[in-house]
Amino acid sequence: MFGYNGKVMRVNLTEGTIKTEELNHELAKKFLGGRGLGTKMMMDEVDPKVDPLSPENKLFIVTGPMTGNPVATGGRYMVVTKSPLSGTIASSNSGGKWGAELKFAGWDVIVFEGKSPEPVYLAIQDDKVELMPADKIWGTTVSNTTKYLEENYPKGSKVLAIGPGGENLSMIAAVMNDEDRAAGRSGVGAVMGSKNLKAIVVKGSGLPDVPDQDKIKELNKKQLAKIKENGVTGQGLPTYGTAVLVNILNELGSLPTNNFLKSAFQGAEEISGETLAEKYLTKRTACYRCPIGCGRYVKVGDWEGGGPEYETLWAFGSDCGLSDMEAIIKANHWCNEMGLDTISTGATIAAAIELHEKGYIKDEDLDGLKLEFGNNTDIAEWVKRMGYGQGLGKKMAMGSYRLADEYGAPELSMTVKKLEMPAYDPRGTQGQGLTYATSNRGGCHVRGYLISPEVLGLPEALDRLDTKNKASWAKIFQDLTASIDSLGVCLFTSFALGADDYADMYNAICGTDLTGTDILQIGDRIYNIERQFNQLAGITPAEDTLPKRLLEEPIAEGPSKGHVNRLSEMLPEYYELRGWGKDGIPTEAKLKELGL
Amino acid sequence: MIEIEVRYFATLRKDNKKKEVLILEDELTTGELVDDLQIPREEIAILLVNGIKSGFDVSIKDKDIISLFPPVGGG
Repeated sequence: MFGYNGKVMRVNLTEGTIKTEELNHELAKKFLGGRGLGTKMMMDEVDPKVDPLSPENKLFIVTGPMTGNPVATGGRYMVVTKSPLSGTIASSNSGGKWGAELKFAGWDVIVFEGKSPEPVYLAIQDDKVELMPADKIWGTTVSNTTKYLEENYPKGSKVLAIGPGGENLSMIAAVMNDEDRAAGRSGVGAVMGSKNLKAIVVKGSGLPDVPDQDKIKELNKKQLAKIKENGVTGQGLPTYGTAVLVNILNELGSLPTNNFLKSAFQGAEEISGETLAEKYLTKRTACYRCPIGCGRYVKVGDWEGGGPEYETLWAFGSDCGLSDMEAIIKANHWCNEMGLDTISTGATIAAAIELHEKGYIKDEDLDGLKLEFGNNTDIAEWVKRMGYGQGLGKKMAMGSYRLADEYGAPELSMTVKKLEMPAYDPRGTQGQGLTYATSNRGGCHVRGYLISPEVLGLPEALDRLDTKNKASWAKIFQDLTASIDSLGVCLFTSFALGADDYADMYNAICGTDLTGTDILQIGDRIYNIERQFNQLAGITPAEDTLPKRLLEEPIAEGPSKGHVNRLSEMLPEYYELRGWGKDGIPTEAKLKELGL
Repeated sequence: MIEIEVRYFATLRKDNKKKEVLILEDELTTGELVDDLQIPREEIAILLVNGIKSGFDVSIKDKDIISLFPPVGGG
């Protein structure tokens, strides 16, 4: 089947064995790849009630049919496992160049089982695959691990690794690749750490077969033109990156500030995309085959490296009350080095600050560091302590829910299903609140980015403070996103492309004849199998909710003043549109319709 | 006469001008204001009046804050 290599690598870390299996093409047709295929394989192979950090949990690294293929942004891979943070299905994806390299080496999926008795890394050079002792890199930062492996393997080898965060089983640890790209969310790095697996270095020499080069060239011409002509992908993201959202959300009064105690930040301009571009930006960077190039390279003093995204500027910035751009850049850098999710790390520090300011965390627990809203330049030091699991940092590394719960104040954790919500206050963006509440991995913005219609006006403008029709928008966005995440392309292309375009892309690479409707139905199937996994894992629909603060405490001032999130106006309609019962559980008829 | 504040963002910041206070002699719509500022309407993707997304046909009132953004996005 075109689009895939047809090969799955199964690595049993307990026994130190590596086997090659054939990809199940029927499953690939039904679930595409990436997020969908990985979740289906988890369902088939792992008991959803498994302890996420036990050897019985598995870790799937899954490319999509577009990964490594000649289409716009075709370079993404997905890490699928059970999340230690939320207890839900976890699927975190990343760009960079690592995913494409795995495809060039001839593999579609790697399955890690068991737990290695000693730290190891996996080295892949096409068909030559071996597990190697990781004693020289265990305990080191992501950049040092990357450099060590790059130096010891053929030129052009790409490295995926965890940092000390994953090794120390931080529940907000990321899987990193190409040094500063992250499969960030849901604590997937801790699962890798629990298996004593430090890194995967890969070098490939092949290119996937395609059915018709000319047809692909023609398609690319058309789709690249759409991406270039679109204001967001052709102009906004290349010029300012994602960081440009800081000022927009602040102007709307929906930029969560001080752990969501406020929704506008006086220091927004100092941490904005405009300031980043004016004072710190040295160049923009792009992932494999990406015409957008939203990545930022920044310079502070003598240091130069990957710069913060919007979510990171928010998490360490306004959510912690911090308007010091250099401190945020430093905190972002240390998240990359420790292998920690910047959203959950910043948001957990924000929750810790509120816990401290309300007297739950005592001064004597701080080991001399500051923990207060405002210009706290100790913030990067907190990141390091979280990564290395030192002092209070060890508790913080478990995420804001477990931290706040330990102090008897779980309501101060701004999470959904224990995953920290990102940078959009759902009191000022009603539909985004619905997608936070119903995301299958918890408080996440990229499972159904209703900010696009509610704030950016794409593909059409919706009233952000109204709940009408948000349920149907949420479903469509969630289904389309599930398919995009499974194809192996970047979600940002969806500012310019629609379901029909993704069907065209899939058909050109795989030689099939899917329609846009098929793409949406596959997304629906993926969404439902994730829901099934969560249900079997013991996650109940009662958890389809938001923190009390957002449902009951109106925004005090600014353009969104007086609003709470009116989730109850949207959720019943959403369940109905999904074909779920009033209890939020998929009906037999719906599952049958989707072939589940 | 009415006094308003206009805030410019991203590529709409010409000569690094972030915001300005304007005194309007006549009542204007948002579209007329944008025309007077000599910004092509197609360059504006998001226009906020006091933080509420608006079109080019909204009448501007005293003390209004007008925020102008080109096409931008992220996530």
